[in-house]
Amino acid sequence: MELIERFLGLYNYWIVILLMMAGFYVVMASHNLIKKIVGMSIFQTSVFLLYISMGKVRGGTAPILTGEPQAYSNPLPHVLILTAIVVGVATTALGLAFVVRIKESYGSIEEDEIHKLDEEP
Amino acid sequence: MIEAHLPALQVVVPLVAAPLCVLLRDHRAAWALTVLISWLAFAIATALLMKVLDTGPITYALGNWIAPWGIEYRLDPLNAFVLVIVAALGAIVATYARVSVVAEIAKERIYLFYCMYLLALTGLLGIVITGDAFNIFVFLEISSLSSYVLISLGRDRRAMTAAYQYLIMGTIGATFILIGIGLLYMMTGTLNMADLARRLPPVADSRTVLAAFGFITVGASLKLALFPLHQWLPNAYAYAPSSVSAFLAGTATKVSIYVLLRFIFTVFGASIAFKALPLGWMLLALAILAMFIASTVAIFQQDIKRMLAYSSIAQIGYIILGISFASATGLTAGILHIFNHALMKGGLFLALGCVFLRLGSVKLDDMKGIGRTMPVTMAGFVVGGISLIGLPPTAGFISKWYLVLAALEKGWWPVAVLIVLSSLLAVIYVWRVIEVAYFEPPPKHAQGDEVREAPLSMLVPLWTLIGANLYFGIETSASVGVAKQAASFLLGAGS
Repeated sequence: MELIERFLGLYNYWIVILLMMAGFYVVMASHNLIKKIVGMSIFQTSVFLLYISMGKVRGGTAPILTGEPQAYSNPLPHVLILTAIVVGVATTALGLAFVVRIKESYGSIEEDEIHKLDEEP
Repeated sequence: MIEAHLPALQVVVPLVAAPLCVLLRDHRAAWALTVLISWLAFAIATALLMKVLDTGPITYALGNWIAPWGIEYRLDPLNAFVLVIVAALGAIVATYARVSVVAEIAKERIYLFYCMYLLALTGLLGIVITGDAFNIFVFLEISSLSSYVLISLGRDRRAMTAAYQYLIMGTIGATFILIGIGLLYMMTGTLNMADLARRLPPVADSRTVLAAFGFITVGASLKLALFPLHQWLPNAYAYAPSSVSAFLAGTATKVSIYVLLRFIFTVFGASIAFKALPLGWMLLALAILAMFIASTVAIFQQDIKRMLAYSSIAQIGYIILGISFASATGLTAGILHIFNHALMKGGLFLALGCVFLRLGSVKLDDMKGIGRTMPVTMAGFVVGGISLIGLPPTAGFISKWYLVLAALEKGWWPVAVLIVLSSLLAVIYVWRVIEVAYFEPPPKHAQGDEVREAPLSMLVPLWTLIGANLYFGIETSASVGVAKQAASFLLGAGS
C-alpha cells in the first residue's frame, strides 16, 4: 500500500520519464525528418515539465508580495524554463526550415531516400 | 574603469555587433566590422589571461547582483586560456574569410553569415567565461543554433542534411545537459558552479546526483564528439563553408571539452568521477578506440575535408586520454592539446579553404600536382600535417610528448605504445595528400587557365596559424606554463 502511494506521489516524474523516453525513441527510431523533430519537441517538453513540477510547492501560490506571509512556489525553475522554451521554439523553427530546404533540393523528407540520392554521383 | 568590466565586454561586444552586421547589409562592411570586433575580443581575452596569471582568479558580478543570486562570470587559468584560444581562432578565421566566403556563399546572404559568425563567437566565449551552470546551457544553445546555420550555408546540398543531423544530435546533447543541471538544482538549490561545488559533497552519494553526473557527461560528450557519439561531425565539417570548418574545428568541440572538464573537476570533484565511478577507465577506453578507429577511417577518405574531420575525432581522443589519467601531467597534456589541436586543425582547414578557392574541390584526385601550382598553401598544409602527426619541431610533438610522459608516469606503458602507434596512422593519411600533391604531375590546363596561388589575404592568416604551430613547438614555456597552471588549478579545486 505504502509502495503504491509512493509511486503515485511521484506521478509527475513518471509522466516526465514516459514523455522523455517516448520522445527520445521517436528521434532515434523514425526516418522521417518531420517526425524526428516532433520527437525532439516531446523530449524537450518533458524536461520543461521536470523543471516546472520541481518548483511547485503544494498549496503554494505565485510569489507576489501581498504583505501577508504565505507559502509560494519556487519561481526560479519556472523562469529558467521560460528561457528553455524560447530555445526550444528556435530549435524547432530552425529544424523545420532545414526540412523545407531539404525537401526543395532532394524532393523527399525520408532519411533513407535522401541517403540513396547522396550515394548517386 | 573600463578594465573592471572586461569580463562582461568579452561577451557583450560580439553580441551587440552581430545584429549590427544585419543592419549594415553590405558584405564588405559586415566583414570589416567582424574583423574589428573579433580582434577586439582577442585583445580582451589576452588582457584577461594576463590579469588572471598575474593576480589569480577574477570574479565579476553581472549587473552587480552578487552570486549565488546573480549570474557570475569567473575567470581562472583554465577558462582564461580557453578564452584566448577561441578568440584567437575567431579573429584569424574572420580575417581569412573575406575572399573565401565571397566564393562559397551567395552574395546577398553574406552579411547574415557574419552575423551568425559573431553570434557563434559570442556563444562560445560565453560558455567559457560564465560561472553559472544554467548560463552555460543558454550560451551553448546560442553557439549551437548559429553554428547549425553556418554549416547549412555550404554550397553542397548535403550541407543542409549535415546541419539537420547536427541540430538533432546537438539538441539532444544540450537537453541532456539541461536535465543534469535541473537535477543538480533539485538537490542543492543553486546554479552557481562554485556554490554547487560547496553544496554537493554532503549529498554526493544520492542517486539524483549520480544521474545528474551521467546526463551531463553524456550530453557534453555528444557535443564534443567523443567516439562513438561523433556521427554528426564528419558531414558537418566536410560540407560547411571552408572558413566555418576551420572555425568550428578549432573552437566548438574544444569548448565542449572545457564544459566537461569544468563539471568533472570543479562542480562534481574528481573523487566522484574517478573514485566512486569508473569514468577514468571509460574515457580511457573510448579515447583509445577513437584514436585508432577514426584515424583508420580517415585513411580511406577521398574528400580531404572529411579526412581532417575524422582526424579531429581521433585528436579529440588524445585530449580525452589526457583527461582520463586525472593526473597533473595528464591534464596538462590534455589542455595543451586543446590549444595545439586548435592551431593545427585551424591551419589545415584554412589551407584546404585556399585549395577549394582555386580548384573548387578538395577531392584527392583533383589535387594532383597542387604542390607545384600552389606551393605556399601546400607548404602550410605539410607543416600542419607534421604537427598533426606529432613530429618535432611542431606544437603537435609537445602535446604528444606530455601525453606519453603522463602514461609512463602512471606506469601504463602499453598506453604510451598505443599513442605512438596511432600517430603512425596519421603519418599514412597525411602522406596520401603529400604524395598526390607533390609526386603527381598537375593536369594539363588550357593557356591562362592554370591554377594560381591563393591571394595574400588568405595566405597571411593561414601562415599565422601554421607559424604558431612552429613557434609553440620550439618556444614552449608560454603554452606549457599556462596549461600546467590550469591543470594544477583544476586538481586543487577538485579535491
